[in-house]
Amino acid sequence: MDNIDVSRSRRDILNHYLSLMTGDEKHAPSSISTLDIIQVLYEKVLNCSPERVHDEYRDRFFLSKGHGPMAFYAVLALQGFISPKVLETYGEYSSKLGYHPDRTKLDCVEISSGSLGHGLPLAIGSALALRARGIIGPKHWILMGDAELDEGSNFEAIPFAGRRGLCEINVVIIDNDSSTLGWPGGISHRFTIEGWEVTCVNGRDHEELHRAFSKTHPQKPHAIIASVETKSGKPRRQF
Amino acid sequence: MNKVLTWDQRFAEINAMRQRFAAVMSDLIRDNNNVALILADITAERFTDVLNDFPGRVINAGIREQLMIDITGGLALSGMRPFAHTFASFLIERPFEQIKIALNHQNIGAVLVSAGASYDLSVDGRTHQSPADVALLNTLADWKIIVPGNAEEAEYALRMAANDTGLYYIRLSTETNEKTYWSGENSFTILRPGHQGTVIAVGPVAERVLAATEDLDVTVLYAPVITPFDSITLRNTLSVPNIAIIEPYLEGTTTYAIAEALSDIPHRILSIGVKRQELRQFGTPEEHIKAHGLDIQGLRERLSEFYGR
Repeated sequence: MDNIDVSRSRRDILNHYLSLMTGDEKHAPSSISTLDIIQVLYEKVLNCSPERVHDEYRDRFFLSKGHGPMAFYAVLALQGFISPKVLETYGEYSSKLGYHPDRTKLDCVEISSGSLGHGLPLAIGSALALRARGIIGPKHWILMGDAELDEGSNFEAIPFAGRRGLCEINVVIIDNDSSTLGWPGGISHRFTIEGWEVTCVNGRDHEELHRAFSKTHPQKPHAIIASVETKSGKPRRQF
Repeated sequence: MNKVLTWDQRFAEINAMRQRFAAVMSDLIRDNNNVALILADITAERFTDVLNDFPGRVINAGIREQLMIDITGGLALSGMRPFAHTFASFLIERPFEQIKIALNHQNIGAVLVSAGASYDLSVDGRTHQSPADVALLNTLADWKIIVPGNAEEAEYALRMAANDTGLYYIRLSTETNEKTYWSGENSFTILRPGHQGTVIAVGPVAERVLAATEDLDVTVLYAPVITPFDSITLRNTLSVPNIAIIEPYLEGTTTYAIAEALSDIPHRILSIGVKRQELRQFGTPEEHIKAHGLDIQGLRERLSEFYGR
């Protein structure tokens, strides 16, 4: 079996897992903008495994954009962090899987999210704590959306991380052009002027994502702007 | 005409409590390598030594209070005992949703230490006054809320918080008692026993309450730890179930806890505190205390009427 077949069959499993949550027999994975990014992170990038969820030296993934966490749960199941059986309980009263993740219910969920604009500043605190404790090496990966950047808390955090040179911080921004006012001059500009390394990629291209995620960025936090198609299917706005 | 002090003059003398906080906090940072402090410019000038000596865990985020609280949560997530400090308006009211999500909802511990209280910054107006801070935190679970009566008590509270793991709010103020009545107990202290009812004095109002109740035969309880509420002492010392509570913040903040503690007993409650209506005046804290009826004479009138004298 060659690599393409392996990745396709894993995608088939993910689709199956997604359908356990949606109840649909078939699920169109392309409707979930986060799936490719979370899959590449967990399969190829994050230094973490189900056995290491309490290891201080693990990499941490913060799903800041807590909405629609099905892709996250499906990937957790695929990687063995949770049982696929749990997926069927998605959203039920006693389920461990809410429509927004709850860290007190699963050891592999780093933060409870759903309210936008907390992931990056929480990760900054976590990274500072590890540094202060002499735990060097673990990276923080924060996933947010382009509309989540509307939250002012992110603009309190971006200059801070830049000026502190927090190279442990990696923010992936899924850009489906859904921010109400948009970002004239591009999202990347907001990060470069604050001293971040910035990489723009196609959010559906696993190779490109992996390359961007593997880029070194000494003394600088890294923002990866991952463009995906707009929700409406219309062309992106031009400013 | 009263002399109007400059910003620097007021904060040079702002209070023993905030001064003590700077000293004790600096000690705690030096002595405990898991203690972190995050500031938002306010009081940073009193932490220059530890900011220089421990740049990894003494952090000034600038005027970014949302960031400050989220960083506090993140520090706790990865094993530190974080303290955050600024004026109460900007520590509790402004980033309240950060407190709810980054601290309570993540299920971690942290210590918030405020200055300014309800009317310490009387001359600065409403923007720098936070009478609702305790009431707001009481909408969330698990907070230990300490309103120290003076610098000594503030030190007990800070050291207690550093040695614990839970959520603490320590409310520093320029308003103080001369004597120290508390050294870290969780229960209320009996300042004076009586037979015709109970008066609960929260933190720095204690000595004015003692003066105002001199001629009343009432039990005076001292309650610097106002949440969790010590219903056991209230019940154990209860005589006639007429309860008055004097709080140096929003009137009625703790009334719910008294009602809950005495839900099986017919009782009366009088709440005296900072009025809900904005006091659009400047001047001194003492003038604000009087305007809210929290001065000795104001308290004496309300309490005498309530206890039927």
